[in-house]
Amino acid sequence: MRKLVALGVIGLFAATAQTAVADENAELEIDGQKFVTKLEAPADSPLSEILSGWRFRNDETQALQTDDFENPAMIFAEYGSELWETADGEAGKSCADCHGDAAESMKGVRASMPKWHEGKKTLFALEDHINWSREEHQKAKPWKWESQEMLAMTSFIGLQSRGMPVNVKTDGPAKEWWEKGKELYYTRVGQLDMACAHCHENNYGNMIRADHLSQGQINGFPVYRLKWQGMGSIHRRFKGCMDNIRATPYKRGSDEFTALELYLASRGQGLSVETPSLRN
Amino acid sequence: MRIVVTTALALLIGISGVSAETVKPGEVKIVDGALAKPLTDKAGDPAKGRQWFMGRKLGNCLACHVNADLADQPYHGEVGPPLDGVAGRWSAEELRAIVVNSKEALSPETIMPAFYRDSGYHRVAEKFQGKTILSAQQVEDVVAYLMTLKDE
Ligand code: HEC
Ligand code: HEC
Ligand code: HEC
Repeated sequence: MRKLVALGVIGLFAATAQTAVADENAELEIDGQKFVTKLEAPADSPLSEILSGWRFRNDETQALQTDDFENPAMIFAEYGSELWETADGEAGKSCADCHGDAAESMKGVRASMPKWHEGKKTLFALEDHINWSREEHQKAKPWKWESQEMLAMTSFIGLQSRGMPVNVKTDGPAKEWWEKGKELYYTRVGQLDMACAHCHENNYGNMIRADHLSQGQINGFPVYRLKWQGMGSIHRRFKGCMDNIRATPYKRGSDEFTALELYLASRGQGLSVETPSLRN
Repeated sequence: MRIVVTTALALLIGISGVSAETVKPGEVKIVDGALAKPLTDKAGDPAKGRQWFMGRKLGNCLACHVNADLADQPYHGEVGPPLDGVAGRWSAEELRAIVVNSKEALSPETIMPAFYRDSGYHRVAEKFQGKTILSAQQVEDVVAYLMTLKDE
């Protein structure tokens, strides 16, 4: 019930949302906790400074993210905390039965994703790790990538890393994936014939019609997007950008999107995790 | 024999009939950054070109370019240079080449899409495969409109 009321209010907000450009020097602070939304890039980075997507949003959207009672994404994290305690599958176990207090066991997990999985010998996004546990450990059906349950759980697990610096491993077996992600990032696709880099590396800070282009960082995901009237995964955002340039997107959870996710995470190394955040 | 000749003739007329009307995307040849020959027989209509320029599903040129002539429209992009007075900087032949294929006319690195090219792309969504963003006539209309953008 509370969920429905809150979503109704957001609906109203979205209809009147302004696209004014935000104060570029605003700093993000939630409940006294300070976030790194801007830092100098290392010498080998293609960027001169690393900026969180939060810095590019308008004043109202920024403000909503600084207050957990107003941030609609928090409703999903709350639902995630309920699922954490709920037994499921043939094993009849809850996540908490094995992992205990998420504030301890899941601390830093989001910041390190996507991450190599030894059992499966492949690179796993957070969603893959969750579904692996559901299938292997709970003997439950995997959640769909973009299901409310999955978004709630990735919000909840992400929240346990909030404020921690993004810190993904790009060496060892992940190296090959990183290289693949980088290649995809610079490859022109679609009828508009653009690469991610054209908008998010060469043109961040510029307006493209009504949108203020950011660096396309992923430290806030999953995000509640006013335009979606709901929560969305990193891969949903990738799909949206590919649709916009009239390209055939890769599938959510595909090797291509997971590789791209690793590459993007590495470009935002050091930014604070902001999950779950808010976008217009 | 006679029959053969007449069919050949009919074919020829048919073909030349088409190419006289519209230059196909594959036949476009940009020389020194210019396209001297219009893509169609029909002169471009600047009023229509203005519509295609701002239409989100068409040129959507406004997504990237500021244009004072469209000050009544919200949200002009900042990705490309402002197009105020562009007719004073480029000829119609050059503007046609820029709109048709900016990668050939301006720079291979540019973000600006080629508006009259139908091949050589990767992973194009099914709906847009083998198609150009603008039709030949729409390109002519846009060029006619750009030619009205003169500095006072
Ligand atoms: C035509 C321009 C364009 C291209 C090309 C493009 N994007 Fe985007 N992207 C946008 C816009 C506009 C937004 C929304 C505003 C913003 O955050 O930049 C966005 C947002 C994003 C975001 C969310 C950032 C945040 O903080 O919420 C991510 C991640 C992203 N893009 C990744 C990509 C990837 C990966 C590619 C290539 C597959 C890509 N984009 C290609 C225009 C583009
Ligand atoms: C029966 C025990 C068990 C249950 C129930 C269980 N897990 Fe796990 N989980 C594990 C074990 C063991 C690992 C580490 C080895 C592996 O990946 O298989 C793990 C790994 C993970 C990881 C990766 C952590 C990291 O640091 O890489 C995540 C995320 C995760 N589980 C989430 C969940 C969620 C969410 C649920 C409930 C929906 C859940 N788990 C239920 C046993 C369990
Ligand atoms: C996605 C961005 C984008 C879109 C859409 C776009 N352009 Fe451009 N345009 C550019 C950029 C960037 C340049 C500058 C060339 C460069 O350095 O890449 C440019 C250059 C130009 C120039 C040369 C301007 C000068 O003064 O040198 C003209 C003319 C032009 N564009 C017209 C158009 C028209 C007409 C349309 C729509 C049919 C259009 N553009 C759509 C990005 C865009």
